[in-house]
Amino acid sequence: MADHDMLENVEPLLVAKSLSKSYGRIAACRDVSFSLYPGEVLAIVGESGSGKSTLLQMLSGQLTPSGGEVSYRMRDGITRDLATLGEAERRFLYRTDWGYVHQDPAQGLRMAVSAGANVGERLMAVGWNHYGRIRDTASDWLTRVEIDIARIDDAPRTYSGGMRQRLQIARNLVTEPRLVFMDEPTGGLDVSVQARLLDLVRSLVAELHLAVIIVTHDLAVARLLSHRVMVMKGGRVIETGLTDQVLDDPREPYTQLLVSSILPP
Amino acid sequence: MNAPAYNFAYLDEQTKRMIRRAILKAIAIPGYQVPFASREMPMPYGWGTGGVQVTAAILGPQDVLKVIDQGSDDTTNAISIRKFFAKTAGVATTTATEDATVIQTRHRIPETALHENQVLVYQVPIPEPLRFLEPRETETRRMHALAEYGLMHVKLYEDIARFGHIATAYAYPVKVNARYVMDPSPTPKFDNPKMDNCPALQLFGAGREKRIYAIPPYTKVVSLDFEDHPFEPYRFNAPCALCAAENSYLDEIVTDDKGGRMFVCSDTDYCEGRQAAGHHGSLSAAPYKEKAGSHG
Repeated sequence: MADHDMLENVEPLLVAKSLSKSYGRIAACRDVSFSLYPGEVLAIVGESGSGKSTLLQMLSGQLTPSGGEVSYRMRDGITRDLATLGEAERRFLYRTDWGYVHQDPAQGLRMAVSAGANVGERLMAVGWNHYGRIRDTASDWLTRVEIDIARIDDAPRTYSGGMRQRLQIARNLVTEPRLVFMDEPTGGLDVSVQARLLDLVRSLVAELHLAVIIVTHDLAVARLLSHRVMVMKGGRVIETGLTDQVLDDPREPYTQLLVSSILPP
Repeated sequence: MNAPAYNFAYLDEQTKRMIRRAILKAIAIPGYQVPFASREMPMPYGWGTGGVQVTAAILGPQDVLKVIDQGSDDTTNAISIRKFFAKTAGVATTTATEDATVIQTRHRIPETALHENQVLVYQVPIPEPLRFLEPRETETRRMHALAEYGLMHVKLYEDIARFGHIATAYAYPVKVNARYVMDPSPTPKFDNPKMDNCPALQLFGAGREKRIYAIPPYTKVVSLDFEDHPFEPYRFNAPCALCAAENSYLDEIVTDDKGGRMFVCSDTDYCEGRQAAGHHGSLSAAPYKEKAGSHG
């Protein structure tokens, strides 16, 4: 797997090998393997309880797998097993090369400090020490996620749900990560706000050549954003393939059920 | 030992050994908060239980003790702690900074420069500089362990964004020995430069929070700031009304209900010393009532 002589752009960014997690006798996630390449958007879909979130937590190093391993190609080009990273390295990775967009923005933001400081926090954490430059970068990012600059000194608790989610995205992208995890980023938003957010995420992903692993139960989100889809049921991946292929021509009965349960517009 | 009901300096010897071990560890790792088994003291939390335990652990019969509260030797807190040790340890006490070997302080560092044979003991209410930024203590400990201090700058950023300058006036965070970020207890930031490269040993005791930390003599202590908003000590722009000192930290005292106020040195020993040396401020010779008509 760690074949360093291969061309850089064909080497996977993240590789999961037979990941499983069980809680006592309950297997939340069983034998999941896949590779994610730079710039690729992978959607993990499935109903509640299918193991999507467990998988995402294992991939992002928040949960120790019961079996299997996750490896990641670091910025220096060396692929490493996440389990062997020290805590300091893992946390550094977390706030530089990775992003994590939570479903509930309150989990990913500091609700009591201003939007500017929320965006600037990662920069200060990697040693930025110039107020003017931090603020300029923060306002630049607020513009990119379509938040009015006049709101830069307001705390996110005064923001609407859609603005909070966009602020969370700006906060994650400010260090130019290569991989972003998204856990139901559009959950709880109304449809028009969802559409705008998806549009924004899609353009940012293309512009920054981001790799994204997005967990969603909304097939429309998967269709709009992702290149590849993994369908999960009962902790297993039951079907995987290109997004249009899986969603337009589902093979497994469960996937057919999922696709057919979307109400026609 | 003139008070047979107590061991020397109130605490029993085992307790003192435990506190001394914590102090030694704190000195070995400058700025690191060492947990210790804080005892109940015959005073309420918030009145210096941590400082008193540290003082009790380091005090010897030959020591000369000075206790200040907000720079003053004659407030309730200072007097009762001074009397406490006069009674339980029988040590000599003083108000003169240069004569003291142990100085217990609340919220100030004396104006008179400290020397090598002195120990400054701070009373600390909240030892954790990240407390109001990150509510989880498990997380703040991890942040200290990994030297992740970006969050401290978030606080300073917020100050500038809201007020245009770093508005934190006391408990101003410092970095000790280029490693640990430390809360210097609620001293005014005016005092922060005095901690840097100080010849005296500085010990910090937090009784309720059960933490001891230290700055060994001649240690680098840097106040955190931004390149474009450097650290600046703050002082009222006035001379002391009693001793005319231009470079001491001042208290603002309201003198009547018509807006009258005066600025005087917060360090009473320093102010008295200057007055005895012949320095006189604008109000120093004023009789108590007759000439109190200065409106400033």
